Amino acid sequence: MKHRLQFAGKKLVRMALLLLGVSIVTFLLMCASPLDPLQTNVGQTALGSMSPEQIEQLEAYWGVGTPPLERYLGWLGDVLHGDMGTSLLYRQPVLTVIGQRLGSSLWLMLCAWLISGVLGLALGVISGAFRGRWPDKLIRGYCFLISSTPVFWLAILLLLVFSVWLGWFPIGFSVPAGMESASVTMADRIHHAVLPALTLSITGVANIALHTREKMVDVMESDYVLYARARGESRLSIVLRHGLRNVALPAITLQFASVSEIIGGSVMVEQVFSYPGLGQAAVTAGLGSDLPLLLGITVVTAAIVFAGNLAADLLYGVIDPKIRRRAAGR
Amino acid sequence: MRKKAFMFMAAAVLILAAVTAGGIFLEPAAMETDFSKTNLAPSGENLFGTDWMGRDMFARTIAGLSLSIRLGLLTAAASAGIALILGTVSAVSGRKADAVVSWCIDLVMGIPHILLVILISLACGRGFAGVAAGIALSHWPSLARVIRGEIIQLCQAPYILTAEKMGVPRIQNAVRHMIPHLMPQFFTGLVLLFPHAILHEASVTFLGFGLSSEQPAIGVILSESMQYLTTGRWWLAVFPGLSLVLVVILFAMLGEQIRRLTDPASVHE
Repeated sequence: MKHRLQFAGKKLVRMALLLLGVSIVTFLLMCASPLDPLQTNVGQTALGSMSPEQIEQLEAYWGVGTPPLERYLGWLGDVLHGDMGTSLLYRQPVLTVIGQRLGSSLWLMLCAWLISGVLGLALGVISGAFRGRWPDKLIRGYCFLISSTPVFWLAILLLLVFSVWLGWFPIGFSVPAGMESASVTMADRIHHAVLPALTLSITGVANIALHTREKMVDVMESDYVLYARARGESRLSIVLRHGLRNVALPAITLQFASVSEIIGGSVMVEQVFSYPGLGQAAVTAGLGSDLPLLLGITVVTAAIVFAGNLAADLLYGVIDPKIRRRAAGR
Repeated sequence: MRKKAFMFMAAAVLILAAVTAGGIFLEPAAMETDFSKTNLAPSGENLFGTDWMGRDMFARTIAGLSLSIRLGLLTAAASAGIALILGTVSAVSGRKADAVVSWCIDLVMGIPHILLVILISLACGRGFAGVAAGIALSHWPSLARVIRGEIIQLCQAPYILTAEKMGVPRIQNAVRHMIPHLMPQFFTGLVLLFPHAILHEASVTFLGFGLSSEQPAIGVILSESMQYLTTGRWWLAVFPGLSLVLVVILFAMLGEQIRRLTDPASVHE
């Protein structure tokens, strides 16, 4: 148990350093931007009609004059006290905005993550087990097509077919428009999240299935499977008893590595379905040069991605007896 | 089998080259507005229909694809170049350099691609330079990892060990003996980067961080089409998107064929 804690501790330190790096890089990139936040948010005409004092006040609000290093250190100090600053566009604490947005995005991403993981694993195993026959060709063709399709275009297509032509689902938003938040039912929320979640799942499957297939093909060509076949085991029992177990490790890596892709995909999908989630907030913050919010979102998403990697590393030890024993022997 | 693969590759390259060249010629036509025929559905005269300003969607789509392909070539080449340099440095120049490069790889892979491209694009002030820099600087880590692994393996190869024993400097050794050996993997990685580069260019432009709205880019066309979906003008979204998918598939298949032809495990199939 001790070595595992040590291992987790080391990983946590590395994660913290990486997060620090992410925040510095993000901050530098935002500071290097030649786009003037006053121009984009207030507008040229409004700026022209303002007094110099007003403009000065606005510049202080958007942090134009302050030197970058001072700004960054100030931000970092606040973060260590649990305060990520105030969003300039929403005029609310960044943590509040992120909390709200993440709440509605999390449902979407969690659904897509689970569906694409399970379905991808199943399709990959089937495809690898029937290598070269029609189920394999069908699945590979599907994966190939989907991985060449931009997520947002797929979202537009689904919107066109199911919302505009068939009218089964609403065009956008996470709740019916013009309804009080108290009267929104769970069914409403689910109804609005089906299409975005479906889009994310469809695209997530392709990558996982293709990689699982590669591993499955390797397993099926191994000596132990040849031996099992020689003993007269059926294909089903080979897949269940030897295939699944040996594909489990790479599948876990893939499953947790896909977190980053699903977050990226949710940015696009939320934009198309105008679903008020974290991704949409990131786009709004980016277009409006809202530095604290974009910085906060980047750091939080990076933390989620790193936490996913950490979880995968820790799960290896739980699942694979070889790794467990090697770690214990050290 | 080999002959068939070469025929296919030649055809794919020809089609892509034709689209690229055609797009450059069609660019003026793509800008041309004609208010006497706005919002026409697809017909023999306007294959993909026309939009609200009477622009021919076929010309716009081809011009957009051409722009995407050119941008994709540029960014994929730049990204692969970065991957080659960093991968080599990481494998050859000792543990410290390795740790730094590995840390950078983890850092870049930790931020979701789209967010990173958005951030870099903002830092360069959006527009063409923004997307180009964004995609070039965010797509190198996975290829860099592959190259690093290959070189570390190569370091134990007899001919490299011999060269080292004969006193060839490390850098010269890497450039002269290792990199030529890596060329097949490098080119395959390069070609397989195109689809990603093109898809991300379209996505970022769609979100409004990429090419400006005057340019005939697929992302711009699709983001404009969003406003007309509910009024039933489906052709504005369907055909440009479909053409983009076709181009990306061609690139992906091209990469797959090159990989098969250069991979010793499947070269005789």
